[in-house]
Amino acid sequence: MSINIPCPHCGLRPVEEFVYGEIPAVPDSIRDEDARDLDRAFMLNNPEGVQEEAWFHSYGCRRWLRIRRDTRTDEIVG
Amino acid sequence: MSHKLENKSMNEFKEKKIRLEWHEPKSSYDVIIVGGGGHGLSTAYYLATRQGITNVAVLERKYIGGGNSGRNTTIIRANYGIPEAVRFYQHSLELYRNLEAETDRSIMHKEKGLLWLAHTEAALRQQKARAELNKLFGANTEFIGPKEIQEICPQIDLTGGGVWPVLGASYNVDAATARHDRVNWALAEGALQRGVHIHQRTAVTNLIMSGDKVTGVETNQGPISAKLVVSAVGGHVTTLAAMAGLRLPIRTHPLQAFVTNHYAQNFEPIVASASLLFYVSQTARGEMLMGAEIDRQPSYSYRSGHHFLQNCAFRALILLPFLRNLRILRQWTGVCDMSPDYSPIMGETGIEGFYITTGWGTWGFKAIPAGGEQMAQLIATGQTPELIAPFSLDRFANDRTKADRGSAGTH
Repeated sequence: MSINIPCPHCGLRPVEEFVYGEIPAVPDSIRDEDARDLDRAFMLNNPEGVQEEAWFHSYGCRRWLRIRRDTRTDEIVG
Repeated sequence: MSHKLENKSMNEFKEKKIRLEWHEPKSSYDVIIVGGGGHGLSTAYYLATRQGITNVAVLERKYIGGGNSGRNTTIIRANYGIPEAVRFYQHSLELYRNLEAETDRSIMHKEKGLLWLAHTEAALRQQKARAELNKLFGANTEFIGPKEIQEICPQIDLTGGGVWPVLGASYNVDAATARHDRVNWALAEGALQRGVHIHQRTAVTNLIMSGDKVTGVETNQGPISAKLVVSAVGGHVTTLAAMAGLRLPIRTHPLQAFVTNHYAQNFEPIVASASLLFYVSQTARGEMLMGAEIDRQPSYSYRSGHHFLQNCAFRALILLPFLRNLRILRQWTGVCDMSPDYSPIMGETGIEGFYITTGWGTWGFKAIPAGGEQMAQLIATGQTPELIAPFSLDRFANDRTKADRGSAGTH
């Protein structure tokens, strides 16, 4: 499903203009430094539900923006 | 001659019916496989047929083969981009070839050959290198020029609409397609007949842990204990793994596909173009089946969109102008577990009693037999087979990622 992303500078634009950016979130429960590096480099929350995400408007204003989106429905909630 | 036809010749084509006979659930099994898709059923099938392990249950949230195993474009090929993958997928391709004889069921397996088209100098060199690499590691891939491409597939416009000229292709001669439902059912039947249990509408709600060890699953039908739990979940694997405190390098993206109405002529090969990012083949019903790359946003949504149809159709028309006379019949979406290096993740998880087969992204269907066979061997022996050792989860920690540009749907 093609979704539209609200860009604060360019308005509502199709997702094809953006590049997805993961916001790394290493859980506090991981204490070991090496394990934290590994988690930061590769592991993903990939939640079924609302997550905060960063998008880069590469075919627009070329700035980063943040949204909150429900990954079950693609609804942008904030 | 009587009006009633003597149906002898027709009866030769009458198929043997697939019989799926279900069992009552038990409270404990040796092995529980979560996920009744191709990989889960295949693991169960090979456990029963090759390893003699039948005290096994496959738990499926909805109905078997209803996830990605029923939503893919059914392409079986081995022309991958790294040695480990070529070996693995070639083995799978060979297992598929024998699957009809082995199960005595029709899976509508048809060898078609796959053309991977190159439109630029750089792509040309890439496809040449790919053919050489494939040959070296056992896959039957040739590099061919425009003239041979035209002979294999007269429908391709070699000028590419004047913009995407077809300069050459790597030709995976052994590539094939099969009917996905039948693959699932044949494997399920083979497993059921040998005593494996398959429980549909049984959703795993939690993993039962005893210390650091996985000892069973909580389901909507009650708890079931097991010596070993294998996750063959597609789509929702991150959620399942999290129940065991395991984090995965998986991001879930939707992938869309569509079919047109019946094309009256024969369209022999599977055609793919990495530059134009689409792949197309003809189904047994004559429909033209098309897919492209994954949707950009990570998502679990099964919603399809018009934007994809427009994009994919536009690109396909550049090379196959005859498609403009066809109409799109239906469209659907699956959710793919994309790994960061476009290779699968199979084997131990570092958690006792919990194995995993995931990261099947857009390349899962072709790997069903080999993935199941190798996972079954791992379960039976406790030793990771050589063929899948490169695809273990710890490759990310050990700096041994398997970046594979031969995977489809990547961008």
